[in-house]
Amino acid sequence: MTPDTLLRRINDYTNRADPYPLYAELRENGVVRQDDGAYLVGTYYEIAALLHDPRVSSDQRSRKDPDPAFTQDGLTPAFIRLDDPEHDRLRRLAMRPFGPPHSPGRIDALHGDITRIAEELIDAFPDKGRIDLVDDFAYPLPITVISRLMGVPHEDVPRVRAWTNAVIAGFDPTPGQDPERRRQEARQARIAMGRYLGGLAEERRSHPTADLLSALANDDGPEGRLTPEELMSTAVLLLIAGHETTVNLITNGMLTLLRHPEALERLRADPGLMPGAVEELLRFEPPVQYLPQRSPLTDIEVAGVTVPRGAPLILVLAAGNRDPRRFEDPDRFDPLRKDNQHLGFGSGIHICYGAPLARIEAQIALNALLRRLDDARLAEDPPPYRRSPILRGPRHLPVERDATGTTG
Amino acid sequence: MNGVERIVVVGASLAGLRAAETLRAQGYAGSLTVVGEEPHPPYDRPPLSKQVLLGRVHARDVGLPRRRAVEARWKLGVRADRVDPEERQVVLADGEHLPYDRLLIATGTRARPWPKPAQAALDGVLTLRTADDAARLTERLDAGPRRVLVIGAGFTGSEIASACRERGLEVTVAERGPVPLVGALGGALGAFAAAAQRAHGVDLRCGVTVTALRSENGRFTGADFSDGGRIDADVAVVALGAVRNTEWLEGSGLAAGPRGVACDAGCRAFTMYGIVTDDVFVAGDVARFPHPLFEYQMLSLEHWGNAVAQAEVAAHNMVSPAPRRRPHLTVPAFWSSQFGLNIKSVGVPTFSDQVVLAQGSLQEGRFVAVYGYRGRITAAVTVNRAKWLEHYQYLIETSAPFPPAPGAADRPAVPVTVPSDVPDPHLLSHGPTVALTGHLPDRHLTLVRHGRPGPPPPADEETPG
Repeated sequence: MTPDTLLRRINDYTNRADPYPLYAELRENGVVRQDDGAYLVGTYYEIAALLHDPRVSSDQRSRKDPDPAFTQDGLTPAFIRLDDPEHDRLRRLAMRPFGPPHSPGRIDALHGDITRIAEELIDAFPDKGRIDLVDDFAYPLPITVISRLMGVPHEDVPRVRAWTNAVIAGFDPTPGQDPERRRQEARQARIAMGRYLGGLAEERRSHPTADLLSALANDDGPEGRLTPEELMSTAVLLLIAGHETTVNLITNGMLTLLRHPEALERLRADPGLMPGAVEELLRFEPPVQYLPQRSPLTDIEVAGVTVPRGAPLILVLAAGNRDPRRFEDPDRFDPLRKDNQHLGFGSGIHICYGAPLARIEAQIALNALLRRLDDARLAEDPPPYRRSPILRGPRHLPVERDATGTTG
Repeated sequence: MNGVERIVVVGASLAGLRAAETLRAQGYAGSLTVVGEEPHPPYDRPPLSKQVLLGRVHARDVGLPRRRAVEARWKLGVRADRVDPEERQVVLADGEHLPYDRLLIATGTRARPWPKPAQAALDGVLTLRTADDAARLTERLDAGPRRVLVIGAGFTGSEIASACRERGLEVTVAERGPVPLVGALGGALGAFAAAAQRAHGVDLRCGVTVTALRSENGRFTGADFSDGGRIDADVAVVALGAVRNTEWLEGSGLAAGPRGVACDAGCRAFTMYGIVTDDVFVAGDVARFPHPLFEYQMLSLEHWGNAVAQAEVAAHNMVSPAPRRRPHLTVPAFWSSQFGLNIKSVGVPTFSDQVVLAQGSLQEGRFVAVYGYRGRITAAVTVNRAKWLEHYQYLIETSAPFPPAPGAADRPAVPVTVPSDVPDPHLLSHGPTVALTGHLPDRHLTLVRHGRPGPPPPADEETPG
């Protein structure tokens, strides 16, 4: 097989459980033009440089052939799909109620809530037999947290889940049944979700609450506030990105730890090591494997290859994270790894907005699981994976426990 | 380890502490003495002109976090008086002799005082360099002075003015140069800084000098300016830049003078003859070192990041055999926050002849300015756009052509390249925080020696000059 089919092979579902040999092939081949005209980059330093390069656009409208899944999705583009200065303005407005400098305590204040939710989910595990760590834990935890943070009532969470699934399926790059229908459903789901969240925000204009939607609807910074359309697409982005990826981080994390019993025991004995271990998980099994939507605004040279203006430029973060020129022994999972500036959250102006939240959620979740599940074994290895090669993670993570039950 | 059993670090601030930590991290197990003139354990200076003045953090609560245990003997509150390179010992003001196998000079700088001692001694005339200075100034600001005079619109002066305005205090800033920050960023960005100050209500007076600090009964009451203007004020902060603490090295035979202590890329000090020593090292604000990205000119940097990076290299090299020594090549970088602006810089903006607004807009106060020298990129300054800095650092490191290649999404419609307008440092009321100090390891500084004689020069050698 030739390198110009790498993207197709990465997207091929049969490679989902272990795409890493393909990523190694990508790194060996440098910047590779795919047979469909996309350019694939998988080496660390090139990806890092491109993530900081102001000539690289995140806006589909910069493409020669924009992907209608992105350009006709029913709402105005959220900041993740815009360039500066619009991206900068919208992201700053969205950051005001979420993090420093205006809201430095917002994430730290969630610590107790996250811990309580995690413990309650574990309390509900059966004492023995099979547990699905996705459906029983890794999914409900982040969606509960983000819903509370945003201000989505608990009873509406199933609707959010259904919309999210439709939206994600809409930009699934794997060949499948009737992509046009999937795209239509995604569009409708995004509009419905935007209207729903916009409605919640509207209610808060007259009755402010302590949640993020209320802040987005009411806070008046020096630059004013988001328009209703901007608020809708921002809220949809925060809600979806605020849990989809965290599910994978927690699940990939438990899978990796169960595959590395020595590391698991080490972390169980010393939970203080978990922040470093989560960084290593973000390097080793990043929840977002590649960024599909960049394109250069002018012809740019990347490692000796000219990527033409408007061509799809795909940055394979998960390949960069295993680049031996950057990381020593990159295929080894080492929770004590030093100098671990991974690409798991991207980098540059689009660096993951929710990273501080994802970090503490994963740290709390994994420490709670290690402490209380001392007898779990992987029931299937590899587990069944979700379809998406981008948001890659197990669809289910069945573990067996045979002993007496939870401790602690 | 290479016969190194006794190390003395003179200077107990950021560079001294990080060097001590690095020595231990490198496995150095011998004796380690850290000498500091101030009585406080190492603390962080950047907050002193920001959070401390705003009352968010107390001046005594800015201790530097420790990366690891150092197991050093801390001689704090004692000055180092001199160094005897032949006997290899440091003599302290309290008479103690500290023998060394390796010496690190990290004595940094002090605030340049007001040149007229009687006026400098007035009640209400302050400088800002140390934690004690910051505590005193904060106390004065707490008392609600009717007006504060800041003399010098470099970074420290501008940050003090910003803190005053944030506290609702009236403030006058007097700057001899044409605009604030001109010595660090050049005239084009200085004009932007001037507008920001005025928009925040600063009474900014450029192109003037303070001719007299007036007083009544030993209390500062106001100032006269060279343009005939005068103000009444209760507090004056002298922000005229820094003086390098090198006087104690007079007579040591080292290439030490007002521009700092010259050293090679491996942080080894030069003697006055330009010969590199092998047992005396230099790091931090007091060092002058050659940088390959800037035509190997000697640089003096008053930058937090440089102090850390250079201390780490110096410490590594102090205990490493020659083939394992590393060069100090870090690209200079600094930041400042003032008037709601987050200003960050990489490279050396004063090493430039042109500047272009590469991204963003001045009107919105969010932009990237890129500096070039003879057609290559030498620096970039961001205002409220720090996330772009890494790209430009890469361009500086690779000597990319200036102006930068077009294509940025938020590039101005018509990017205009203008002269960077870097003034002769003599025109400023404050010393520059970055000084390009030529190629010679030592100018004629050591020829002009006062007081104590140094070691006699070898009879058959000419004195450099």
